[in-house]
Amino acid sequence: MKIIAPIKRLIDHNVKVRVKADGSGVDLANVKMSMNPFDEIAVEEAIRLKEAGKADEVVVVSIGVKQAQETLRTALAMGADRAILVVAADDVHQDIEPLAVAKILKAVIDAEAPGLVIAGKQAIDNDMNATGQMLAALLGWGQATYASEVGIEGDHAVVTREVDGGLQTIKVKLPAIVTADLRLNEPRYASLPNIMKAKKKPLDEKTAADYGVDVTPRLEIVKTAEPAARSAGEMVGSVDELVSKLKEKGIV
Amino acid sequence: MAVLLLAEIAGGALALDATAKAVTAAKSLGDVTVLVAGPAAAGQAASQIDGVAKVVVADDAAYANGLAEPVADLVVSLAGNYEHIVAPSTASAKNILPRVAALLDVMVLSDVTAVVDGSTFERPIYAGNAMQTVKSNDSKKVLTVRTTAFDAAGQGGSGAVEAIAAAGNAGLSEWVEDKVAASDRPELTSAKIVVSGGRGVGSEENFAIIEALADKLGAAVGASRAAVDSGFAPNDWQVGQTGKVVAPELYIAVGISGAIQHLAGMKDSKVIVAINKDEEAPIFQVADYGLVADLFEAVPDLTKALKE
Ligand SMILES: Cc1cc2nc3c(=O)[nH]c(=O)nc-3n(C[C@H](O)[C@H](O)[C@H](O)COP(=O)(O)OP(=O)(O)OC[C@H]3O[C@@H](n4cnc5c(N)ncnc54)[C@H](O)[C@@H]3O)c2cc1C
Ligand SMILES: Cc1cc2nc3c(=O)[nH]c(=O)nc-3n(C[C@H](O)[C@H](O)[C@H](O)COP(=O)(O)OP(=O)(O)OC[C@H]3O[C@@H](n4cnc5c(N)ncnc54)[C@H](O)[C@@H]3O)c2cc1C
Repeated sequence: MKIIAPIKRLIDHNVKVRVKADGSGVDLANVKMSMNPFDEIAVEEAIRLKEAGKADEVVVVSIGVKQAQETLRTALAMGADRAILVVAADDVHQDIEPLAVAKILKAVIDAEAPGLVIAGKQAIDNDMNATGQMLAALLGWGQATYASEVGIEGDHAVVTREVDGGLQTIKVKLPAIVTADLRLNEPRYASLPNIMKAKKKPLDEKTAADYGVDVTPRLEIVKTAEPAARSAGEMVGSVDELVSKLKEKGIV
Repeated sequence: MAVLLLAEIAGGALALDATAKAVTAAKSLGDVTVLVAGPAAAGQAASQIDGVAKVVVADDAAYANGLAEPVADLVVSLAGNYEHIVAPSTASAKNILPRVAALLDVMVLSDVTAVVDGSTFERPIYAGNAMQTVKSNDSKKVLTVRTTAFDAAGQGGSGAVEAIAAAGNAGLSEWVEDKVAASDRPELTSAKIVVSGGRGVGSEENFAIIEALADKLGAAVGASRAAVDSGFAPNDWQVGQTGKVVAPELYIAVGISGAIQHLAGMKDSKVIVAINKDEEAPIFQVADYGLVADLFEAVPDLTKALKE
């Protein structure tokens, strides 16, 4: 079975985000970019399934700017076998909406015929939490989102999901879409020899037009603003002082 | 203009708080029809929410466990009559609505925090470090609304309740089991007070002191990701960018450093109290009251002081 893991290149999670002064968006020029943390987890899971003999090939796909190559190389260094880059934008500030991403991924999947797709649960830039579900809809496949455990049993995946009340386990028919939550695994670091080896692994480059997908956004950004700031309050010296402050406020 | 609102069902009953909050957001968009993919009793409960014009109930085994595929197909089968499809931003609706949107060939808007007009909405991005106003050019708008941003609609509605047929089940997935911890505590996302513990708490056993304080205050218990990852607390307690978003009257953060991903889930709380032994901890920058102390002394003392 082949597994596809779609990965997104975005602002590193340790970088403090700055809203551009003209309100057009977030400043992404000259900031550190990395793989979406949830996608590292997805790639790790795909590699583990391969190591466990449940899969024979792991293909990583990224849609975005040319520089997403670096992100794909990171995934190859972790242990993915092959990468596909679909260039759909030439400026990092031009983000591709999940619906368009899902349409491109569908085209890639139609050509590659994987048995399983593992995506991240959400991209930590736009926090949409949508692409995997949209892709499942377009393919007419089952979906198991927010996975904290994935097992392959014959023609099904048995997936434990993190839901509001706790955990839910479901069985989905393969092929299916799984989206990775935080506790699915702890992604490995790529070793230096593997980083070197990754440079020689195949990376195909395509464009959105190759797949005939129109990436025109459906949503128009009217403005981007700083959130209302919260200012620091006061320090209290003791538990008793804290209790009297809270009593004054009438909240305890 | 008409709105179809997918009711939140939990444990076979209407999740009133989340649904009533979504009704408040939906009311400003048009007449609200609530869809209950669940039992008739949940439909009755939904009809009593103020501002609900009508309730349609599809009670079928296919919907018993909220599986995304059949529920999405049901929503899509009804979508023709509505311009907006709305649900509260719960784990369940966030699983279903993007699927609905893709089937309708429209974008989804997740976690809407304000309705500007029928096609313009505000939502947080980058863990709430930026607020974006977006205008949808799609014919139908599919959105989930962040429940902490809207007050719950009151009771007193008298919408008509109509049973409708199910929309089939392609059988793509199958429910196996739920592991839901029963708790007498209030629900995390609607509690008036939340007491959260972080890595500083140190172990699952030590979490008992957090729970004791919470029980003293009638509060819900939350946790940082580090506490959940370390196995001190269950996953459904996680507060933050990728966990639950809460905005209680009082949020007490204990042994939590205040990473942006955690702040994303609680910085809209009315009053924030932080207890941390490190006076440099970033949590103090958002706290109304900060106490530099060892939590193993301060928390039991606080629990005791509140008893008096
Ligand atoms: C600076 C900026 C400018 C923007 N400009 C516009 C604009 O002009 N017009 C507009 O309509 N919207 C714009 N947006 C919004 C943006 O298009 C969407 O809201 C965004 O793509 C939401 O999805 P997400 O990345 O949060 O995906 P999610 O659905 O949260 O991602 C989930 C998973 O899907 C997969 N995935 C997602 N994206 C990719 C990808 N590119 N390649 C491979 N896999 C992927 C990954 O596995 C990921 O973990 C902008 C956003 C930003 C930050
Ligand atoms: C993709 C992604 C998503 C994430 N999502 C979330 C999320 O949803 N929610 C979330 O919370 N985090 C999230 N995180 C993790 C986040 O970045 C932090 O790592 C996490 O919040 C840290 O948890 P903490 O504050 O408990 O631990 P630490 O940062 O380790 O802080 C522990 C604190 O406890 C204090 N302490 C220790 N001992 C004592 C004592 N005896 N008395 C008093 N104080 C003490 C220390 O001074 C310290 O400040 C995410 C990260 C990533 C990359």
